Amino acid sequence: MTTLRITLSAAVLGAVLAGCGSSVKLDEAAPVVDARPNPNTGAASGARPGAAGQSGVTTVDVGKGSDLAASNLGRVVYFDFDSYVLRDEYKPLVESHARALSAAKSKKIVIEGHTDERGGREYNLALGQRRAEAVAKSMMLLGATDGQIEAVSYGKERPANEGHDEAAWAKNRRAELKDR
Amino acid sequence: MTRQLTIIDGPLAYNPPASPRPGHGTRIAEANPQQFMLRTPETPESSPRRRLLMAGALVTGIWPAALRAQFRVEITGVGGTQLPIGVTRFRDEDKSGQSISGIVRADLERSGAFRVVDSAGEFDENSRPAFPEWRGRGADALVSGSAARLADGRFDVRYKLWDVVRGQDLGGQALAVVTADLRLAAHRIADAVYEKLTGDKGVFSTRIAYVTRVANRYTLRVTDADGEGGQVALNSTQPIISPAWSPDGKSLAYVSFESGKAVVWSQDVSTGERRAIANFRGSNSAPAWSPDGRTLAVTLSREGGSQIYLMDAGGNNVRRITQSSAIDTEPVFTSDGKLIYFVSDRGGSPQIYRVASSGGNPERVTFAGNYNISPALSPDSRMLAYVARNGNEFKITTMDISSGNVRTVSDTVDDESPSFAPNGKLIIYATRSQGRDVLMTTTLDGRIRTRLLSSGIDVREPIWGPFGR
Repeated sequence: MTTLRITLSAAVLGAVLAGCGSSVKLDEAAPVVDARPNPNTGAASGARPGAAGQSGVTTVDVGKGSDLAASNLGRVVYFDFDSYVLRDEYKPLVESHARALSAAKSKKIVIEGHTDERGGREYNLALGQRRAEAVAKSMMLLGATDGQIEAVSYGKERPANEGHDEAAWAKNRRAELKDR
Repeated sequence: MTRQLTIIDGPLAYNPPASPRPGHGTRIAEANPQQFMLRTPETPESSPRRRLLMAGALVTGIWPAALRAQFRVEITGVGGTQLPIGVTRFRDEDKSGQSISGIVRADLERSGAFRVVDSAGEFDENSRPAFPEWRGRGADALVSGSAARLADGRFDVRYKLWDVVRGQDLGGQALAVVTADLRLAAHRIADAVYEKLTGDKGVFSTRIAYVTRVANRYTLRVTDADGEGGQVALNSTQPIISPAWSPDGKSLAYVSFESGKAVVWSQDVSTGERRAIANFRGSNSAPAWSPDGRTLAVTLSREGGSQIYLMDAGGNNVRRITQSSAIDTEPVFTSDGKLIYFVSDRGGSPQIYRVASSGGNPERVTFAGNYNISPALSPDSRMLAYVARNGNEFKITTMDISSGNVRTVSDTVDDESPSFAPNGKLIIYATRSQGRDVLMTTTLDGRIRTRLLSSGIDVREPIWGPFGR
């Protein structure tokens, strides 16, 4: 019995290793658009017992994105619950960024909207987008141009604080201003 | 075939864990033998001895597959009409490396429509079962079969189904498969048994996709409908959300943040070939396929605000179909392709609306409560499943569209992302349990729920694939 199990385990391990060898492993410098699959996988037919069969899935790895969160102290605007209204305390911050953009028309920024964790991912993505666009509109009223600002959203996908209470949620309802 | 390799299910064969899980005991005790569909008038009572035998069958028959797997299914509710069935070990299944009978048993149990009785015994599709003995074990139906290695290395997997009550042969099938498809063969057998005995098409051989997160590692996975046999479609250090199967089951559209913002991608699952199909200024999200697979509905913010657009499957011919200053998102097509259900907060709170896919004036669908999101439509588009907020609780809710009758079907409070099985009998959804993101399935009446147990990783964004693969 033990021998049989070991034999089966070895067979399964072999199959797993074979599977790994056929996966697509893009290195981190690979372009993210139109990632190249391994042409040897996906031919999902044939009589080989180790073949992918009708269940084959090819793995794609995409590289590490830049994480700018650490460099954004003093460039974050927080919002009240269920609100995208820019609070008075953040108007000076937004004005200073708008002036900088107005003075250097080649300068561009991204505004990322974020929400707390409550509710659906897609609806929160739209709520975060609304926050980012509210900040963008304020800056355009102050002299920045449309082409200098892109408003995007992470919804609830990238909390600044991973906690599950109001203190954490207050830190997560935010828009981050990032140079690009 | 050699007899000494025929191993009756037992602790040595599968090395099950030392202590039984409490859930199974509860489950057995609550089974109601009065309502089994094929039950003859002389129903044997559920004696303690019989319960013990059933517990033995569960321990040896269901756990082995579970032990190898990343996911485990734990049945948490019990329905009223379960058909008792015997599923013996298939002759020579040990040689195939998969517990074919174990997979069939687990599938049938998870559907909520079957209860597996003591299935010890050895025979195959050519045997003549001793029906009185199986009636004595409480079985109304019986499955057995075999797995034989063919000269070309494939396996010939065969099964036969019997009506134990009438002593009738209900037919069988032979499937020649490569090793990688042995699990699929077992699921197809479970599908055939399910369809023969319930009249509904089984979904055990379909696939699901979902996203796992471990620290900052996001992985889009494709697994069998039982959560096992998992394969990785995409690894990323950035979030992945909203996967959507193409109607032919060959592609997944999804939202990836790998480029620093939400972009909609479409990926051929078998080859890994992928393209960014919606990468406009702002956010691109919420992909939904039309039933013919030619069109995608997406949410774009390229003109400011989140609005719904249609594009062809390659990302061209983009046209806007909602016109509001509010949030319009989470589109989903009806099965005839004529309508799109979506979420809008144009009335002040997020509610579900529908609009002709050619555009026009939307009509509001949900009215109760002030937060109804994430619509999913049953395959016949008669039932709507969505997430309704009540206070701080987010719960999977169903609505019979013609009558407007609604029903809460979950007992959890952080539910997200409902998706119907292609036979319309189950809904898979994400929720939180004990501090983890987990996946659950439920019957439409909420009576039978199963949890896909993950080993300490967060699992979310499930989407049930179509029939066929």
